[in-house]
Amino acid sequence: MVQDCVEELRRVSGAIGGVEVRVSHVAKRFGVHSVLADVNLDIRPGEFVAIVGHSGCGKSTLLRLISGLDFPSEGGIEVDGQPVNRQLPETRIMFQDARLLPWRRVLENVGIGRRGEWKSAAIEALEQVGLAARAEDWPAVLSGGQRQRVALARALVSRPKLLLLDEPLGALDALTRLDMQRLVEQVWIQQGFTAVLVTHDVGEAVTLADRVVVLERGRIALVQRISRVRPRPRGDANLGEIEGEILARLLEGNR
Amino acid sequence: MAAAVRLSRSGEIFGHTGISFARAAAGFALGGATGFVFGLLNGLSHTAERLFDSTFQMIRNVPHLILWFGIDEQAKLFLVALGVFFPIYLNTYHGTRTVDPGLIEMGRVYGLTQNELFRHVILPGALPSILVGVRYALGITWLTLIVAETVSASAGIGYMTMNAREFLQTDVVVLGILIYALLGKLADMTTVWLERRWLSWHPAFAGRGVEAQ
Repeated sequence: MVQDCVEELRRVSGAIGGVEVRVSHVAKRFGVHSVLADVNLDIRPGEFVAIVGHSGCGKSTLLRLISGLDFPSEGGIEVDGQPVNRQLPETRIMFQDARLLPWRRVLENVGIGRRGEWKSAAIEALEQVGLAARAEDWPAVLSGGQRQRVALARALVSRPKLLLLDEPLGALDALTRLDMQRLVEQVWIQQGFTAVLVTHDVGEAVTLADRVVVLERGRIALVQRISRVRPRPRGDANLGEIEGEILARLLEGNR
Repeated sequence: MAAAVRLSRSGEIFGHTGISFARAAAGFALGGATGFVFGLLNGLSHTAERLFDSTFQMIRNVPHLILWFGIDEQAKLFLVALGVFFPIYLNTYHGTRTVDPGLIEMGRVYGLTQNELFRHVILPGALPSILVGVRYALGITWLTLIVAETVSASAGIGYMTMNAREFLQTDVVVLGILIYALLGKLADMTTVWLERRWLSWHPAFAGRGVEAQ
């Protein structure tokens, strides 16, 4: 029912859609240290999946493997049936730090790596995140939240089919974070890309994701489907209950 | 003052200044260019670094190299170039090496080619360091040139000053020193201007540059 709602919206707005991601029997070792072991995860096109877990549980590593920045020691990852053996042009990452080039103005940062007529698309992306007025500023004069919004615009300008979010809101203050969550959800609904969010904030995961994956010592410990109507209100009792269950599982697993 | 008027009327002062300036510029260009190129090369490639870096440090500790070149025009050029090479080389190398790896990774994810990565990420990231090297090197340019011209020369401000000393023309000696100081200041102002212009994105260098844009 809920999914139908989002899909209907996308059909109406003419979204581009997302890719299917298939992670099968993936293991990753750094030297003798094993980070991921036998991870299996299928993500439907246009789905929003959140990965939560303690720091060092391998969640960022899994994201890097999906992005093609790093490669698994065992198993394979496929995006729309294609094995990921390089950085795919339809995949974009948002990092925890905005990683804007300080020597390029905001607009040029958004258009980085674009060929041809990129300016109008970059301005459009900036409008989408509400920062069109700051196009000619240096990144140094922006606040942390604004920088992340520019980073989001930079990710959106190429119309990605897979957006990987590596704790992009972790360093923001609580209020800015709520704004950003709403913005991310909004563009996800509009553009229809597949989204994978890595976070340590279970509340954030529950608010945004269709499915929450709990990663524990490199293995998937729990997959929780969340089917509540969007936008999900903060402080919803039902969501709070799910959040509590996941947190309990995380704390228990740590013992 | 009288010395300045007398020497400029005879045109002597301009000739000497011109020769000194040409020497400084040539030595700086030679040493700066090689330092810059090797700094980039060693900063970007580990193989090149292993090959050249310790070699350069070795050369640095052999000041007697100058004996090879004798005391003619070539030697002055060499001395200046050698003095300029190291600050530019070291700062370029350091600047290239310390570019934020996060930005390089971002560039790769956002589809930059090697060439674009260098132009948009590595070079601008290394620029603040490189300009520190340039500023330091300009100081060394004048310093080594004074030494070289004082030791042996048949023209240039250093020669003019030494000559004046022989004839007890104290005013000309002072004039020579003033010209050196002025040229040094001028060179430094040029770099500061470049920093303002090229690093206007940097909060520490912005100054009035931001509004000017």
